[in-house]
Amino acid sequence: MKRREGPWTILGAVLIIAWALAPVVWIISLSLKAGDDINNNKFWPTKFSTENYETVFNTPLFTSALRNSIGISLLATALSVAIATVAAYAIARLDFPGKKTVLSIALAIAMFPAVSLVGPLFNIWRSVGLYDTWLGLIIPYMSFTLPLSLWTLSAFFREIPWEMEEAAQMDGATPWQAFRKVIVPLAAPGVFTAAILAFFFAWNDFVFGISLTSTDAARPVPAALAFFTGASQFQQPAGAISAAAVVVTIPVVVLVLLFQKKIVAGLTNGAVKG
Amino acid sequence: MNVEAPPGPDAPRKALASDRAVSERRLGWKLVAPAVFMMLLVTAYPMMNALYLSLFSYRLTDPAGKEFVGLRNYAVVLGDSLWWQDVFTTVTITVITVVVELILGFAFAMVMHKIVFGKREVRTSILIPYGIITVVSAFAWRYAFALDSGFVNEWFNLGDKSWFGERWSSLAVISLSEIWKTTPFISLLLLAGLAQVPDVLQEAAQIDGASWSQRLTKVTLPNMKAAILVAVLFRTLDAYRLFDNVFIMTSGAQRTETVSFLAYRQMISRTALGLGSAVSVLLFLSVLLIAAGFIKGFKVDLSQVRGG
Repeated sequence: MKRREGPWTILGAVLIIAWALAPVVWIISLSLKAGDDINNNKFWPTKFSTENYETVFNTPLFTSALRNSIGISLLATALSVAIATVAAYAIARLDFPGKKTVLSIALAIAMFPAVSLVGPLFNIWRSVGLYDTWLGLIIPYMSFTLPLSLWTLSAFFREIPWEMEEAAQMDGATPWQAFRKVIVPLAAPGVFTAAILAFFFAWNDFVFGISLTSTDAARPVPAALAFFTGASQFQQPAGAISAAAVVVTIPVVVLVLLFQKKIVAGLTNGAVKG
Repeated sequence: MNVEAPPGPDAPRKALASDRAVSERRLGWKLVAPAVFMMLLVTAYPMMNALYLSLFSYRLTDPAGKEFVGLRNYAVVLGDSLWWQDVFTTVTITVITVVVELILGFAFAMVMHKIVFGKREVRTSILIPYGIITVVSAFAWRYAFALDSGFVNEWFNLGDKSWFGERWSSLAVISLSEIWKTTPFISLLLLAGLAQVPDVLQEAAQIDGASWSQRLTKVTLPNMKAAILVAVLFRTLDAYRLFDNVFIMTSGAQRTETVSFLAYRQMISRTALGLGSAVSVLLFLSVLLIAAGFIKGFKVDLSQVRGG
């Protein structure tokens, strides 16, 4: 059957784009409203203002939260992708009993309700001094970034023609050369995709962020947003919260624009085998 | 999923050199050990701790009053109508959002499957809700419906309708935010499923004179059953943990509290670690029950799941 676009497909595509972007446009529009405009009950501002952006960038609560979010998410992503790469390599490449069990454990843990971990971690972290620290969030973040990376990477690594490494060695390459020149370029896209997906999840976390932090020493942006009350108690926080929300959405949009194909592949790369 | 490594070129030699197999096995275990250790450290250990704490009457504000009470915390939770109200709220939202997402996601997948021109634009747009922070989505929808900053009442001539002043309208907005954010995931999984349906079958059905709806129900859907079940299982378990949207929009007011929110409130806000742990354990058990139900009831073959 030829795939031809009927008018319905085109209409559908337009509707999907509108549906996906409308709330984003709305929060951008709200962030550009100032003063009475915020409560004008209209979609668009009557005049555009960058006042809310000035407010959030002059609010230490937000700037420190932004720093925390970036640092914690990147570290949690890097650590889990590193550990998962080694494990996924072993699962794809080596023959040993129990590798199916490892993947099942990862799947079970990915389905774990985060809230179930919050209470005990709150209790343990307070006694070992990890409460309200970066490490105190990085470790729990790995409860979802690590299984996710492991699954994504094992799916990718299964497709790699590992024999090429040996072929290169037969052609006279040293094992290290063969690995660096043949395997690394083949594995890199998978590792990169796993990192993007893990970063999205870490960036999105709210449950651990509000439960395991109490000051701006480690509080990430989503948690800070929930506690944000505006520059003064007389100021309506909706504008400032929207501006902050737009700022933290920028990295997501940039990653999606640059790596759309990789993300789709990572989510569905044989996610379902027919 | 076929997790067996493809037989390497040295497979036949392995039977002879069994010490090589042993060293390969050792290396394999060594390489997966850090991942397994970390995964268990961050989940199994806290879960054991929760199991232990759930047997005590223990509030952080009164550490001296810590006392072993056996299963009494569970009896308190299960005997409280609040628990059942929260379970009902959670199950209702889960069912509604997953059903709507499945229908909407399937429609999206059909469009994305057919489209050629603008394919990149559609996929890029759809990934934005997927990647956006749930809390940001919650604020966007909350402000859109709020009495002071919202435009929805104005657009639809609803006057002063207070969306967050009543239970079901609050839950409707919470569900909308949830549906907006997570439909992309379902639609991409279904798109991958659609790609698995052989074009030959579609053509044959068309030649045999099958109508569009016949082709949909007799050819397309049965051939992507695995994709649908996996998408539904993943989303159901995810929806059951609903927390962020409720926190931002209502903080559990107007009887919109979910099970996750109850656990959080008991543990962190009330610091009732014993009772809160019991709620956590029950939440975990319900997730386990749903997963087991799916795998047994619908014969979801998790070995077919990869990634995601």
